[in-house]
Amino acid sequence: MSPIVQPEAVPQPAATPPEVLRNFCIIAHIDHGKSTLADRMLQVTGVVEPRLMRDQYLDRMDIERERGITIKSQAVRMPWGVAAEHGGVTAHVLNMIDTPGHVDFTYEVSRSLAACEGAVLLVDAAQGIEAQTLANLYLAMENELAIIPVLNKIDLPAAQPDKYAEELAGLIGCEPEDVLRVSGKTGEGVPELLDRIVREVPAPVGRADAPARAMIFDSVYDTYRGVVTYVRVIDGGLSPRERIAMMSTLATHELLEIGVISPEPSPSKGLGVGEVGYLITGVKDVRQSKVGDTVTGAGRRAEEPLGGYRDPRPMVFSGLYPMDGSDYPVLREALDKLKLNDASLVYEPETSAALGFGFRIGFLGMLHLEIVRERLEREFGLDLISTLPNVVYQVRMEDGTALEVTNPSEFPSGKIAAVTEPVVRATVLAPSEFIGPIMELCQSRRGSLRGMDYLSPERVELRYTLPLAEVVFDFFDNLKSRTRGYASFEYEPEGEQEADLVKVDILLQGDQVDAFSAIVHRDKAYAYGVKMAGKLKELIPRQQFEVPIQAAIGSRVIARENIRAIRKDVLAKCYGGDISRKRKLLEKQKEGKKRMKMVGSVEVPQEAFIAALSQDGLGTEKTRK
Amino acid sequence: MPPALPAGDPVPADGALPPAALAGIDRRRIGVYVHVPFCRVRCGYCDFNTYTVPELGGHGATLGTFADAAVAELDLAARVLATDGPGPREVGTVFVGGGTPTMLPAADLGRVVAAVDRAWGLAPGAEVTTEANPDTVTPQLAEQLAAAGFTRVSLGMQSAVPQVLATLDRTHDPAHVATAVRAVRDAGLQVSLDLIYGTPGESLADWRTSLETVLALEPDHVSAYALVVEEGTRLAAQVRRGEVPAPEDDDEADKYELAEDLLSRAGYDWYEISNWALGPQARCRHNEGYWRGDDWWGVGPGAHSHVGGVRWWNVKHPGPYAARVAAGRSPGAGRELLTRRQREDEQVMLGVRLAEGLPLDQLGEDGRLAVAGLVASGLLDGRAALAGRAVLTLRGRLLADTVVHRLLG
Repeated sequence: MSPIVQPEAVPQPAATPPEVLRNFCIIAHIDHGKSTLADRMLQVTGVVEPRLMRDQYLDRMDIERERGITIKSQAVRMPWGVAAEHGGVTAHVLNMIDTPGHVDFTYEVSRSLAACEGAVLLVDAAQGIEAQTLANLYLAMENELAIIPVLNKIDLPAAQPDKYAEELAGLIGCEPEDVLRVSGKTGEGVPELLDRIVREVPAPVGRADAPARAMIFDSVYDTYRGVVTYVRVIDGGLSPRERIAMMSTLATHELLEIGVISPEPSPSKGLGVGEVGYLITGVKDVRQSKVGDTVTGAGRRAEEPLGGYRDPRPMVFSGLYPMDGSDYPVLREALDKLKLNDASLVYEPETSAALGFGFRIGFLGMLHLEIVRERLEREFGLDLISTLPNVVYQVRMEDGTALEVTNPSEFPSGKIAAVTEPVVRATVLAPSEFIGPIMELCQSRRGSLRGMDYLSPERVELRYTLPLAEVVFDFFDNLKSRTRGYASFEYEPEGEQEADLVKVDILLQGDQVDAFSAIVHRDKAYAYGVKMAGKLKELIPRQQFEVPIQAAIGSRVIARENIRAIRKDVLAKCYGGDISRKRKLLEKQKEGKKRMKMVGSVEVPQEAFIAALSQDGLGTEKTRK
Repeated sequence: MPPALPAGDPVPADGALPPAALAGIDRRRIGVYVHVPFCRVRCGYCDFNTYTVPELGGHGATLGTFADAAVAELDLAARVLATDGPGPREVGTVFVGGGTPTMLPAADLGRVVAAVDRAWGLAPGAEVTTEANPDTVTPQLAEQLAAAGFTRVSLGMQSAVPQVLATLDRTHDPAHVATAVRAVRDAGLQVSLDLIYGTPGESLADWRTSLETVLALEPDHVSAYALVVEEGTRLAAQVRRGEVPAPEDDDEADKYELAEDLLSRAGYDWYEISNWALGPQARCRHNEGYWRGDDWWGVGPGAHSHVGGVRWWNVKHPGPYAARVAAGRSPGAGRELLTRRQREDEQVMLGVRLAEGLPLDQLGEDGRLAVAGLVASGLLDGRAALAGRAVLTLRGRLLADTVVHRLLG
């Protein structure tokens, strides 16, 4: 109903009865206006003074603000007064837990959801629900969160609130009238939404006298403070200067600071049941404070950790190499630094005959890959080449030995009994006119249809099982172009399957170019080979001798191209006025030579590697702001 | 638009050279190049520093005053090269190029040659060449040129095939080439013919026709250049727009090999990648100076000069050029003082173009080590290498840039 004007009336951390607490998150697609709505909530509740307000207040990293996505979540404490039954105003405390907005971070999303009792389902009134929102909605429903359906951007001329209210009502089983209509831009409907949160989101329940149990739902490295850990207290309470223990590792830490964010961090006297806040222990690596882990008191330990903890598991691998070989130590240092803030980042040194020294890096997904790469380039000034992304394969040999392959060049050459690859459960939402092209695409990517539902006469949800390897390879770009950008796409891991997979090698003049080896389905090996050989033929300059380019499975050549020998390179005229120009050209070419990589006796310009390795996109959702 | 000048250091107003550049000038050969920057029309492929009469409007530079300006620059040159000790040697070669030098009256060209003689003296038997458009060369002009001291005329024939000439925007009548050659020869001058191969649309048969036409005319000397599509030319724009196909390396290689075959069988020996002569006395000694790193003074707008490791270039436009030399100031727009390393690199880059090749002891260690590989891959002549020289094979001539890269390590 209203902000609380008297500061003394605002319930303080560690002294807030759970009954007045409301923990909620916002589930939304990337450009459906979550950050703008959050900005309005900060304003309406009075926690940010108007003169200090700025757009996307809660998004801290540059990269977040530019791409309009939230990589790391935060939790903001906001007081809100609601009319009491017997007159007057009851002060409540709303904790808004910001969730990461992308499929790569499903696990982080699930932990954020686990910290809440309710979720605002925010949908653009001009676009309707998207696949990723739908996936997170299902996740919230599985977690038994109270769902408050909200249509945003009702101020837009293109808004169709009636149509999409119908759609939302159908999805969550409510009446279209129950769907709130707001504008994050103008602030219309925002106070009503806050009231509704107080009314419909259940208050947290926990045992105040039990040993402390708090769930870590985010963990961020800060240069000045070390790791800042965000927690939701389930049972008991945490207070300053006590020792805490991480239940997955039993490591104990001194609690240097405990507090809440409103919306700047402010130390508190502790955190009680149901409260959300942050901890600082002085650890320097987010791996010591992992998302999903349970924090307990070191003195009075809880018996059982909270459920749902999982070690992050990389799904996609790619080799990253510095363009300039002498930058290798810089890359290593940069990765060591990024690791502090990214518990899911795994890497190990790798050598490629073609690309030199680099790292094989495991990512949660394609967006994660892109973000890491962009941060390395932007924050550390690195120029990088990345190899084609691949997934993890389990290979069983006929002699019974088994191995895990994260790099195609390690794929064994002996007698293979079976290869398994990860598969995902994928959801595509699109206007129904695109069913044909979508099915065609999924079919060509070895997908099997699991089901199809109409959300409305015009919108359809298709569910597929797809090999992850097919998804990481420009699937999303393809989907976008086949549906004129209207389809949205989401996937989550769903185990493994056996498949007839082979390694295709690319050979230049008989020498294998490790960076171009790929593990592909046997039916697609030929197409890959032809495409890669053709690409390289265009990209590699003619040499003094003929250079055969072959694609091969083992020793069997499946595709072949030839780069004809160069016959003429000489500039025919060279007189007095040409000499300076020619010498300078020569000096420039000499510089260029340094960027040549030798594959056997073939000189390949670095640009050729980059171009051959680049996909037309990396199959991820790109910036739309 | 003519090409941009290189970036360089400023040139002093009096054009003075560092003492190191002048040291030993008496022991070096010196030539003079005169750039006549005028053409009746600009050809679509040409990126030389040249202007049509309408393009000159308003800058006070005219064809009529060009000789005055050139003479003024030569006066300045004489001052710049004068030393306390023995000065420069007599000039062994003069080359008047363009543009179209024969846009000027023969008398004007003669005044410039006379000014060279006045500045340093013309050596007995000096080679004095002018380029000429075949259409402009009459028996009368040839006589005038001979009287003015010229010994050699280089005719821009380019092709004997009308539609190839049309693609190049050349307006001369191919039939006039024969009369021009006869006129030059009758006046007692040597004659050289310039050809261009690789013009879009030129077939191998067209090229053979051009070569056979040349051989029938029995010139003393033939130059054949692969067409290079230079940035900023009309031809480059046409290629970019897809109106004409870009020249193709393999096609040019075929044509070069055909040229070598036909010319050598007719007694013309290659002495530089793009130049063939009927015996050593028919070679263009002036151009040989460029490839051997000799000194030369370039007179005229945009002309480059080289003296003892200093290279400079004049302002490009005839207007400012004329104004500067008239005021007794150097027309130099910029210069570079070559480092020892740059001079050595240039020596390799240029020397290897010559049939006489490059002494292996001029190479660095990497370069000497590369020689065996270059012989093995058929780019350098094995026997010459054993005798201590890097000499290109036919294949090596076409891949001279590769060879240079290897020899420079």
